[in-house]
Amino acid sequence: MRTIRSLSEWRLRLGLILGGLGMAALLAAALPAIDAGAAAVAAAAARTATIQIDNFRFTPPDLTVAAGTTVIWKNRDDSPHRVADKNGTFASAALDTDDSYSRSFATPGIYHYFCSIHPYMVGTIVVK
Amino acid sequence: MKSEQSPSGGAAGTSRRGLLKCMAWAGTGVVWSLSGGVPRTIGLLGSAAAAEMAPSDLTFVQISDSHIGFHLPPNPDPTATLAEAIAKIKAMPVPPAFLVHTGDISHLSKEEQWDTAEQVIRGANKQVFYIPGEHDVADADNGKAYLARFGKNTQGKGWYSFDMAGVHFVALINVFNFQPGFKSAGLAVLGDDQLEWLEKDVAGRPSSTPIVVLAHLPLWTIYEQWGWGTSDAGRALGYLKRFGSVTVLNGHIHQIIQKVEGNVTLHTAASTAFPQPAPGTAPAPGPMKEVPAAELRKYLGVRTVDYARSKGGPALTDSTLVG
Repeated sequence: MRTIRSLSEWRLRLGLILGGLGMAALLAAALPAIDAGAAAVAAAAARTATIQIDNFRFTPPDLTVAAGTTVIWKNRDDSPHRVADKNGTFASAALDTDDSYSRSFATPGIYHYFCSIHPYMVGTIVVK
Repeated sequence: MKSEQSPSGGAAGTSRRGLLKCMAWAGTGVVWSLSGGVPRTIGLLGSAAAAEMAPSDLTFVQISDSHIGFHLPPNPDPTATLAEAIAKIKAMPVPPAFLVHTGDISHLSKEEQWDTAEQVIRGANKQVFYIPGEHDVADADNGKAYLARFGKNTQGKGWYSFDMAGVHFVALINVFNFQPGFKSAGLAVLGDDQLEWLEKDVAGRPSSTPIVVLAHLPLWTIYEQWGWGTSDAGRALGYLKRFGSVTVLNGHIHQIIQKVEGNVTLHTAASTAFPQPAPGTAPAPGPMKEVPAAELRKYLGVRTVDYARSKGGPALTDSTLVG
């Protein structure tokens, strides 16, 4: 009896899963434009670039990325650092050792940033 | 000009050799004194200028760069070394009137780090005058938390002045609005507002008033490549140079370096947490993580500033945490 009950449960679950997939397929077919847009956004969100902070340096100091890229700063140093835009459009709090800060760059332009704790540490991001 | 022996037990007179000898002691962990010549303004001024100075009778202690919240080599427990510094102060034969902390109380501007620091420092049972280091204004709101907690009765971004036993103290703040080092060196700034305030603050005071300036970053450029300087410090010192005795005390570089400029003597202080490398001797100015645990306390210390037994400028004594 147990086996049979279990099988029927599986059948029920399978039905729900297939139903869900069918619904998704229907939606995708009905709304192709929205679906394509969502895919583009998803692809852009997946684009990341990483800047390492070590020995009081941003590496690489100059980075060029496509618009929509998320830049991640990882502090590998044994001192805390900050990431601050020269023009004040973004700033992290202090990043302790192994902390990260990330920011998505949607708008093309040149962004000069520095560590506001150790201001001689500078870097530039070019967004195209 | 006759030089005087240190009143606080240091073996050095005013000679450069004597000073270097003291500097050498720093590495051996002997409790040492730097009160020969360089910080003793009286010897530099001559007796006539010294005689004009207002009499004072004051001993106070400077501590700096406690970095509560730091947890890496060479000091995983800066709370313990701060407690040792406070114990040392409590055991001083001449109890200080008060303490000054020249910044980087916390490592990361967190309330719990300041809580811990204040709890330990309160053990000295003394009034404490704080100024922020850049680590104390590193919250996302750029110093809002520090100023809310420590900035009562201060001007602008936290600067203030007060008088003790005839000595005028000026607490300057140079940890805001750093210049990004793109075209310039990336030095600290005092800023026009603060400099104008300073000019007015000292304007009416007689030149015989001894002046003590507290600041976190040095008020002279020690090492531009590491940002160890304040770009507009010259203007501040310009307002002060007419005074017979000006003593500038700062932290930030976690080591003792001194400079004399006319009547102005400038002194950086040891940290209570960890040492940093001498200028240019390492790729970066971070903690000297290679210092073994048994050596750490030779690099940490407290400073006594003593007007009581000198005729004019103060005698400074730097003591390590060893012993």
